Amino acid sequence: MSKKWKHAIVIGASGGIGEALVYELAKEGVSVGLVARRGSELERVALKARTISGPSTTHNHQPAPKFIPFIHDVTNYSEVPALLQEITKQLGGLDLVIYNSGIMPPIAKDEYNFAKDKSIIEVNLLGAFAWLNEAAMRFQNAECGTIVGISSIAGERGRRGMPAYMTSKAALSTYLESLRNRLSQHGVKVVTIKPGVIDTAMAKDSPNKLWLYSPEDAAHEIIGAARRGVTVKYVPWKWRMISFILHSLPSFIFRRLSF
Amino acid sequence: MSVLPIDHLEKIEGWGGAVSSFGYVYRPATVEGLREVFELARRSNRNITFRGSGRSYGDAALGAENIVLDTSRMNRILSWDPNSGIITMEPGVTIEQLWQYIIEDGWWPPVVSGTMYPTVGGCLGMNIHGKNNFKAGPIGEHVLSFDIMLPSGEIKTATPDSESELFYSAISGFGMFGVFTSITMQMKKVYSGLLHVKAWTTKNLHELFEIYQQHIPGSDYLVGWVDCISSDEKLGRSIVHQANYFKPGEDQNPAQSLRVSNQSLPNTILGIFPKSFVWMLLRPFTNNAGMKFINWLRVFVSRLPVVGKPVYEQSHAEFAFLLDYVPGWKKSYGQGGLIQYQSFIPKESAEKVFRKQIEMCQEAGLPPYLGVFKQHKPDKFLFTHSVDGFSLALDFKVTEKNREKLWSLCAKMNDVVLANGGRFYFAKDATLRPQDFKAFLGEETLKKFAELKKRYDPENILQTDLSRRLVL
Repeated sequence: MSKKWKHAIVIGASGGIGEALVYELAKEGVSVGLVARRGSELERVALKARTISGPSTTHNHQPAPKFIPFIHDVTNYSEVPALLQEITKQLGGLDLVIYNSGIMPPIAKDEYNFAKDKSIIEVNLLGAFAWLNEAAMRFQNAECGTIVGISSIAGERGRRGMPAYMTSKAALSTYLESLRNRLSQHGVKVVTIKPGVIDTAMAKDSPNKLWLYSPEDAAHEIIGAARRGVTVKYVPWKWRMISFILHSLPSFIFRRLSF
Repeated sequence: MSVLPIDHLEKIEGWGGAVSSFGYVYRPATVEGLREVFELARRSNRNITFRGSGRSYGDAALGAENIVLDTSRMNRILSWDPNSGIITMEPGVTIEQLWQYIIEDGWWPPVVSGTMYPTVGGCLGMNIHGKNNFKAGPIGEHVLSFDIMLPSGEIKTATPDSESELFYSAISGFGMFGVFTSITMQMKKVYSGLLHVKAWTTKNLHELFEIYQQHIPGSDYLVGWVDCISSDEKLGRSIVHQANYFKPGEDQNPAQSLRVSNQSLPNTILGIFPKSFVWMLLRPFTNNAGMKFINWLRVFVSRLPVVGKPVYEQSHAEFAFLLDYVPGWKKSYGQGGLIQYQSFIPKESAEKVFRKQIEMCQEAGLPPYLGVFKQHKPDKFLFTHSVDGFSLALDFKVTEKNREKLWSLCAKMNDVVLANGGRFYFAKDATLRPQDFKAFLGEETLKKFAELKKRYDPENILQTDLSRRLVL
């Protein structure tokens, strides 16, 4: 059987890295189910993806790839099992699931806001559980498939900034590692992506613009890593060094750092 | 929409292993169970694909994300009359079960495929033919009646005379109208468990046509194996095998030769190699150089005065089920599997078309590793693949690398077939394009198809990967 991916779902596809991932997959002729809350944005992305993929020429026996938008709020957890099956049915199969949904509401230096923290965990973490548990069950039965979780370098250590956001990403990374350890024996790949600062709407609120990276380049690297079945991928790679340094810092120094 | 339990999800491959998809497989054992699957499909808003033993080479029994209704557990023989040779069975009965059930009473299925593992239901859906198609027609011509469950749950009985439209479209209709629940067929009387077999080698394709046609009048079965690797004046050199039934009284002890144990295929090859390992021995040869050697060896051996004995006796099973000689032989083709390309060409242009096809394959660097040649006659079934002419079936190894090239080679061969009024066979196909499907069936048949689909499956529940590839 051909190892080429044919069918993918991108959750959080209406902008940012998710949008760029859809285009990257479109270039390779992969059909994509696009999931997000904002219907009009999804339509825009789907439309552009169709122009990128163009009419099917290389596979004259294959129908043209499909880009189908599905409006869904990732905190509507109970919708997920039926929706995943419906998307898979409409695509005609499933090889790749990317969980990219994430929020980072601005938090002041001395702000403690449970409502914000709760919504961060609901979107960044519980939504991932809802989607990726379902994906894991399917792939475990199918004995193949690739799961990609977009985590963040923000989850490496608990810095002063956004406690809940960093916690959500640290937890997501740990969850993905667990999935990987569960699923590798079934031939399923689980890839953890740790982007640095990517030039998206989310980054506008970020005070830190170190090594600002374009979503297109990020998407290209992410899909490449997923294809190779890399376990953990920093985007760009330089963040791996920073991560190493961060992990090596003892607390008495780390708590004095201002970022 | 109700969610289907994930543990029913299975990867399903076409028999050739070159195409696959995932489906939710259900294997009901009763007619009531069939009805429940139709209801489940409605509740979960899914399509249904029928599957028997999954012996179609391509995607005829695949249905991506569909409910795949596997009939292999519905395999009871419902009645058998050894005086008249009339048998009634469920659709999941295999050809193997069938011949083993009837042979000791002196009967043999009138039409069998080159392997004994397909189900009778699947054989009807594809309206299969055997090495006796020129004489016996397709399997459908030996069906006296069948019961079929439509997607509505209604069961209809069809014979050539009543509900004849359903009869002539469900047989050959590649599972697009309903699922057979009971099939009644007329078996063929035989007076021995053996057949007289004769073989001739031919120097090239032209001689194949000559020798084959010369022997047609005196043959019950006639088939040609074609070497598609040799070229120029040796292009299409072949071995023709003829098999004829024994006349009454010719076999002194028919009870013995008709015993199932005397029909079985040998367990070892050349008395040494256990058969279940033989595909591994073949593996190093499934490449262009290796197959060239194998083909040379076959022709060489067939010409040896003693070993290549041109006249001998063989049991029905040995002659009919050549494909079952080496269990798992398709595994020797490796990971990418194989496809078979079979086209059916009217008499006048067959030789020209087959020569052209073999040349095209060789030019593309994709020589077929097996070629099988047969004569056919037209039949009345709506989606028939048969013509008044000949067919050549070509086996190709599929790899990740040659896939794209192979599919476009098939597309080019399709154009040649269609330009000469040829036809195709859904049991084999994996590469036809929608335009090929339309061209070979013709507008009138397509209109009829749409009309029948509306009548018997108005919700369009019954779909396969093949139907989605071609009918849309």
